[in-house]
Amino acid sequence: MGTETGFTWLKEKEEAGAQLCVRSGILVIQMHTDLDHHNALWIREQADKMIERQNVKHILFDFTGVEFMDSSGIGVIMGRYKKVIFTGGKAAVCNVGSAVDRIMRMSGLYKIIEKYDNLEEALKGLC
Amino acid sequence: MELLDNYENEAELVFDSVSRNEGFARMVAAVFTAQLNPTIEELNDVKTAVSEAVTNCIIHGYPNIKGKIKMTLRLKKRQLEVTIEDEGVGIVDIEKAMEPLYTTRPDMERSGMGFAFMEAFMNDLKVESEPGHGTKVFLRKIFSDNPDSE
Repeated sequence: MGTETGFTWLKEKEEAGAQLCVRSGILVIQMHTDLDHHNALWIREQADKMIERQNVKHILFDFTGVEFMDSSGIGVIMGRYKKVIFTGGKAAVCNVGSAVDRIMRMSGLYKIIEKYDNLEEALKGLC
Repeated sequence: MELLDNYENEAELVFDSVSRNEGFARMVAAVFTAQLNPTIEELNDVKTAVSEAVTNCIIHGYPNIKGKIKMTLRLKKRQLEVTIEDEGVGIVDIEKAMEPLYTTRPDMERSGMGFAFMEAFMNDLKVESEPGHGTKVFLRKIFSDNPDSE
């Protein structure tokens, strides 16, 4: 259990490579593995469980440590975006590396999702 | 699209249509491609295209069953050819399937960008499919001349 950033993480499922926590109404999804269909399934399931059970207004995807993403990643971000938009929420991404950035730009994701340089700025921007 | 003949190096890989193998397949493709001494961007192009094609086999080719996926990699000079085939359900309307944003599985949050990415990141894309007889995707990429390579 890491508390350095003030977060209390859920028990990390070893194979999934993502940590989720809710802070001031923002669901923060910190991934540290490739975001493909395989990992998207797990992240989607975990994120939706937290959206259902906790008071989630905005969603933030932290891409620190994600070196690869394919169209499955677009699907998982869009899907979560659709869940919060109806209640006035926003979705955002931060710490996006160049390979992932290229996929996001090509898909037109930035037209609806905000991009921040780092976690701190994202949390500030979403609050 | 003419297939490479007299290729210099070939590798074949057959694996189960389980999602864990998406990462496995693109890593194998990346390691094979590494012998061309590609740029990081070129390597990512190949990884993305392979990931999309293999994911398609798993989600669409074998929707409710486990089947085999075969990936063939071939090299000739600065060209890489990748074929990814399944013996799954096949595609009824290939043209429609290749349209950006079109997907038959919105329930699975598919973005419909798979073929669009394959097309964007590779130089050639060809799809052969027949309902009930599986699907074969041909991808080709021509790599830039790398001054450090042989």
